[in-house]
Amino acid sequence: MSAATSRLGGVRGFSSRHQSTSIVLVVIVVTILLPIISLIPPFSGFGTQKDFVGGFAAAGVFVLLALGLNVVVGFAGLLDLGYAAFFAIGAYTYAYSASGFTGLSIPFWPMLLVGALVAAVFGVLLGAPTLRLRGDYLAIVTLGFGEIVPVVFLNADKYTNGTNGITGIAQPNALGLFGINGFGFTNPWPYYLTIVAIITVVVILLYRLQDSRLGRAWVALREDELAAASMGINTITTKLLAFSIGASTAGLAGVFYAAKLSTVTPDQFGFTVSFTALAMVVLGGMGNIWGVAAGALIIYELQSQGLKQLGSFVQGLNVPVVALGPITINIGAINFLNYQYLLYGLALVIMMLVRPEGLFPSRRRRRELHETPAEDELTAPDPTAGDPSQEGGD
Amino acid sequence: MAIPDETTGATGATGETTGAPGTASLLLHAHGITKRFGGLVAVRTVDFEIPEGSIVSLIGPNGAGKTTFFNVIAGLSEPSEGTISFAGEQVVARPRRGWAEPFFWFAFPALFVIFALAVVAANLPISGELLVLVAVGLLVTSLVVAIIRPPWYVHLLQRAGIFRSARPNEMVRFGIGRTFQNIRLFHNMSALENVQVGMHSRMAATPIDAALRLPRHNREEAVAAEKAREWLAYVGLGDREDEMARNLPYGDQRRLEIARALASQPRLLLLDEPTAGMNPVETRRMTELIAQVRRDLGITILLIEHDMRVVMGVSDRVTVLDHGEKIAEGTPEAVRANPLVIEAYLGKGAASAS
Amino acid sequence: MPLAILISLAVAYGLMVIGAGPQAQEQFINALTIGAIYALIALGYTMVYGIIELINFAHGEIFMVGSFVCWWLLTTLGFSGAIQDPVLLIEVLVLAFTVSMVTMGVVGVIIERLAYRPLRNAPRLAPLITAIGVSFILQNLVFVMISNSIVTVPQIIPNPLIQIGPISIREINLFVIVLALVLMAALHLFIQRTRLGRAMRSTAIDRDAAQIMGVNINSTIALTFFIGSALAGAAGVVQGLYFGVTVFNIGFQAGLKAFTAAVLGGIGNTTGAAIGGFVIGFIEVLASVFGVGRWSEAAVFTTLVLVLIFRPTGILGQQLADRA
Repeated sequence: MSAATSRLGGVRGFSSRHQSTSIVLVVIVVTILLPIISLIPPFSGFGTQKDFVGGFAAAGVFVLLALGLNVVVGFAGLLDLGYAAFFAIGAYTYAYSASGFTGLSIPFWPMLLVGALVAAVFGVLLGAPTLRLRGDYLAIVTLGFGEIVPVVFLNADKYTNGTNGITGIAQPNALGLFGINGFGFTNPWPYYLTIVAIITVVVILLYRLQDSRLGRAWVALREDELAAASMGINTITTKLLAFSIGASTAGLAGVFYAAKLSTVTPDQFGFTVSFTALAMVVLGGMGNIWGVAAGALIIYELQSQGLKQLGSFVQGLNVPVVALGPITINIGAINFLNYQYLLYGLALVIMMLVRPEGLFPSRRRRRELHETPAEDELTAPDPTAGDPSQEGGD
Repeated sequence: MAIPDETTGATGATGETTGAPGTASLLLHAHGITKRFGGLVAVRTVDFEIPEGSIVSLIGPNGAGKTTFFNVIAGLSEPSEGTISFAGEQVVARPRRGWAEPFFWFAFPALFVIFALAVVAANLPISGELLVLVAVGLLVTSLVVAIIRPPWYVHLLQRAGIFRSARPNEMVRFGIGRTFQNIRLFHNMSALENVQVGMHSRMAATPIDAALRLPRHNREEAVAAEKAREWLAYVGLGDREDEMARNLPYGDQRRLEIARALASQPRLLLLDEPTAGMNPVETRRMTELIAQVRRDLGITILLIEHDMRVVMGVSDRVTVLDHGEKIAEGTPEAVRANPLVIEAYLGKGAASAS
Repeated sequence: MPLAILISLAVAYGLMVIGAGPQAQEQFINALTIGAIYALIALGYTMVYGIIELINFAHGEIFMVGSFVCWWLLTTLGFSGAIQDPVLLIEVLVLAFTVSMVTMGVVGVIIERLAYRPLRNAPRLAPLITAIGVSFILQNLVFVMISNSIVTVPQIIPNPLIQIGPISIREINLFVIVLALVLMAALHLFIQRTRLGRAMRSTAIDRDAAQIMGVNINSTIALTFFIGSALAGAAGVVQGLYFGVTVFNIGFQAGLKAFTAAVLGGIGNTTGAAIGGFVIGFIEVLASVFGVGRWSEAAVFTTLVLVLIFRPTGILGQQLADRA
């Protein structure tokens, strides 16, 4: 809590008192370092700097997604498994506003805000039905929504062009600042810088929210919903704010994504996206803004670069082929990229068993997960949150 | 057994000028409160009044329905029957005509649909799809408002005779604060943070203020931190503000809960067994604190207690529940001597009252 | 309740007639068959939830792997088409079901032991996330090791229609429906009448009390997983035999729908899960009959959301054990 940490000396104290400045500084350093690292062996052997930068820009999308999902899952403790729905909504919003499909041509930069707002509204809409539900049921319902939204985009051909999606989405126009110009398919740098800028703003805002009345309300909600309500917190508003703020971040990511790829199709927003974002949040460290961002970057890079390299490495080992009836197991021919979700799954399971607070946990989270948990609701399994009136029994 | 005079505090019931009963205004008035859980009647037609500025105790053997009654007053539980008014305003009642609420949800969209039909009939060039979209949008907005239940919506319902009990967070806004029988602190938050959460309902800065670090937010946070420290100091935890709630000793945790409840500036404070599990020294300090709260802050207090020394020492009035019914009410001495009460406790009360 | 069931079936049939005309009977039977599959999967969900309050996300994948076990077995044994010899057919069917059910039962127990048991007292989020992880592991194991596209399962049950009075029904449909009913009845009897079943019920109601009474909680939970997974395995075999195809990602959708069925019927309630399964089967077939098949997923999920909002305890309500 900044009240306590800002009295400290040293780096922690400084960064707590001048939070926004430190964030910007760190981001600048990282932004400069990453492309430089890509020129150093062994990384230089994996691809050109341009490829790397393009990859970083794509990773940035996932960093945003992880940051937004962190608000819902990490801050407010609501397990949202259908987060990709908001990503899709942001993307399609921009697609509507700047493509041949609708004939509109609204510029990218204002659409960032519009996309975020639209997604926020849907955050409220899709969050509202889940408010009385307990953890697992909330997860399932959000999963359901996460499925329904792409299905709607797929089937409502007249409005969304169905499976083919919307193509020819306009690129952002040049800003002329900080080198953010010259957007195009062959030049990843403006995209890289843009996503970095967006991430910086989002991180600053998230830190501020975390350290505010709302942030405390979220922690209280996570700790003990009943007590939180009894202390005057409107749990409904608090949860809906988590959903909408989380969704708006996904909306930002969606607008950027649509602009960068110039195409949106329904199959880009399936459960694997929600799952990846969740994996990044969980593995990175739920509730910890930097942890989640770092986790997302690491995981994305591992997935896009690491697995490829692992494949080459294993091929070099020349392991013999095994056959079991109609199944042949040929380790040398394994394309590890196919295995990425398998590895995510394994990583998640192992993490939950060994270090549930993630790689870079917030101190609070580590405390929460390694002490004996508070006793659960006393009621019988019921999808709605534990009914306090049943506790009466004096 | 005589009540040890020196322990339970000089601010006992008799000496204080809380106003003669009957002349003080009623802060809380509960009428005919009944709560059923399926076939079990936990509270049966209980009438209850709390004069402003008094300390009232609610006692009774285990299972008498005290905490259930508390939960009704605190808004956690809707009564099966009965009403409660607080500071003259009705806050709790058995939900009345709740079925009529959907009419509100559909009112706007319905009006719009009529408007849309008129538009279509007049052959105005507005696309049908747009009209449908707007109608759906209105419906959805109404539903979301119904879910969030802002105060103006609740007032609208009340004006229309559709009554819903206040939710716990609304009760806090009205001015009712509480502590819990089993301590429900936010264990992984510091003492200071716990109290700051208690202040939530009295703070006005919005998330936008926070995100943009507008002056209103910064000022409010600084003031809140200071006030929180004051509350901690008031209950004697001034030097523990950064300690995790879970690491505090038991007695301190109880007092932190009180500080947290006080932070919401209640007019009525509900304390559910505040001295449970405490040794005599802690009990005495807690009793003093309770009396102090009434004396310094003018807060009305409703107490559930099992420790008769506390009850006798600090209450202006005692009400006794047994099996969900009120069996006695009056000054501590009167209640202590009441044979019905002794019988209800079956020996336990007799031992401490002799 | 039997009356309610009859009325619902009649209504469903009526809808079929409206939508499918002459094919009403065929589609009705189709719906019963698909419903049977969902019912079998739903039973596993509901049993596990009833006993440890965990939504076993991996359950749908158990179903999927079960279908692949069936594929593997039949392919390895060299079958490719309908088996005309009734004795051989029965032998093969028994083998297929036994192998699949036992294998999936064991897999279920292993998963519980490795991934869920250590987290039994952890905050809710942890086992939930683990379950998702397991689900992905299973799905992707099949994806990379076996096939990333549709595989055909030998359809060994011959196709001809059988006439039973005014009803003409294919052998396979009859087989599936009867099998499902038999399995469900067996499960019901097991839970209600046997000692182990009583142990399961008591653990579901109050784990600590059951433990004090001498119930071995770990074994009971393991048994629950075994039975639930075995039933899903059976559903997998049915999937393979009836549809003739299976693919690595059917578990996800089927699992979600079966879970809807379990919630619809009342989570923790085995009779409810069975009924829910059939309801979902009908919703799906009716959707395709009325030409809105593409929306059937959305329809099922919307059902789930609506049920959880308006009647979270499901049609039949809570039933951790038989309430007299």
